[in-house]
Amino acid sequence: MPRESTGHIFKIALGLCVVCSVMVSGAAVILRPLQQANKQREVRKNILLAAGLIDSPDVSRETIEELSKRIEDRLIDLRTGEVLDPTALPSELGISRIDEYEQVAAARDPALSTRLPRDRAIHGLLRRENYSFVYRVKDDDGRELIVLPVYGTGLWSTLYGFLALSPDTRTIEGLTFYEHGETPGLGGEVDNPAWKAQWVGKQPFDEDWDITIRVTKPGRAFDISQVDGLAGATITSQGVEGLLKFWLGPDGFGPYLDKIRAAQRPGRSERPGRFPDPAAPEGGSDG
Amino acid sequence: MAKTTARDVLFDPVFKNNPIALQILGICSALAVTTKMETAFVMCVAVMLVTGFSSAFVSLTHRVVGIPGSIRIIVQMTIIASLVIVVDQLLKAFAFSISQQLSVFVGLIITNCIVMGRAEGYAMKNPVGFSFLDGIGNGLGYSLILMVVAFFRELFGSGSLFGYKLAPLVTDSVTRADAGGLMQTFTGWYVPNGLMLLPPSAFFIIGLSIWALRTWRPEQIEKE
Repeated sequence: MPRESTGHIFKIALGLCVVCSVMVSGAAVILRPLQQANKQREVRKNILLAAGLIDSPDVSRETIEELSKRIEDRLIDLRTGEVLDPTALPSELGISRIDEYEQVAAARDPALSTRLPRDRAIHGLLRRENYSFVYRVKDDDGRELIVLPVYGTGLWSTLYGFLALSPDTRTIEGLTFYEHGETPGLGGEVDNPAWKAQWVGKQPFDEDWDITIRVTKPGRAFDISQVDGLAGATITSQGVEGLLKFWLGPDGFGPYLDKIRAAQRPGRSERPGRFPDPAAPEGGSDG
Repeated sequence: MAKTTARDVLFDPVFKNNPIALQILGICSALAVTTKMETAFVMCVAVMLVTGFSSAFVSLTHRVVGIPGSIRIIVQMTIIASLVIVVDQLLKAFAFSISQQLSVFVGLIITNCIVMGRAEGYAMKNPVGFSFLDGIGNGLGYSLILMVVAFFRELFGSGSLFGYKLAPLVTDSVTRADAGGLMQTFTGWYVPNGLMLLPPSAFFIIGLSIWALRTWRPEQIEKE
């Protein structure tokens, strides 16, 4: 058959499509389990970094897997702060196990997210998912830290990270960002260990649990609730402050944190001094 | 014309006919992925494999079934795109952290002019083996420039090479015991050159290397 005939063109095109699609889908299917495991491990690693159980992202796979045993995943309803019962997940989620929940995708799904008024939302992000993961991590002293997934907009990109709080929610135990597209050397310094170390020990709330955390101009942080901003990255710094205020506030994890505090208040808990068991509905009864 | 040997096909593109410095192809990724040597290196390997295999497959397809002229560009693109997706998937499975740093730029190898340029300009007319070597050779030429650019950018921009700290930065501080046993915070002395972390610096370095290369081999200077 002559090379330029229509029949030959169709035959080549069809043959090529078949060969290439088999190659591409084959690679995708064969490699998927490995890629999924990588993603999972990456999430675990960043939770551990935020909780201060590891100091640097360059740790072996085995260390991460070993320390991951100390992480307990929970899914909560952000609107009420209730921890979901893993055996009776809401049907709208369409999943049977909590690790199947795709939080980033849910934030864009109108059925699984809430549209917030502009003045309450993080700049540029008007939707917030209704359900979120929270992680409870046992640190080396046996305390059960609260690790919250947080995100918000910087200058160029959305920053995704984890915020670790002490068991009484008073103190920040760590903050890390694992995904962002800020300018390297300027806003990209949110990754810098020296900058991240500043956050440890800061108190984001005042006595009345009003949010007071502030990212100041570089070199102007004097208070327990103030952190030096990044030089040359005002908008990224403000973005970090904004996202923390949002996620610690009433539209973020506020209701969940309230329940934790209520359960710890003397006289409310049957066993004072012990952390509540959030697997049971926290503060479920008003009486 | 003298008989071309496999050696010429493989090594000519490195200095004599460098894809970036002489053919001025593939500049875009040379700007994007060269802030660190490690990412640049992985990018080089990826581009080399894609150029090599895409040239080989284009040549093979052309020799075995004959690519019709009217759809040859589409055929080349399909082959290149498939290979790039496979490389991207492999990186995500076996070099996850680096694949995250390279982000979209692996996918953008599809639009790297070197790959397509070699498929159209060489592989369509030459046997499979030579096409493969030509692809690898051009990948090597690309790699040479990328590694040079990344060397200077990482050294002056971050004070390190392959992630290994050579000069402690003023933005870094370490707390450790001093000679007397007291805990002290040490801050670095090197103020990094922020320009080196931004894409324009790669332009300067590429420009300077083209100058250096043409001073060494004056025959590469275009006739007025």
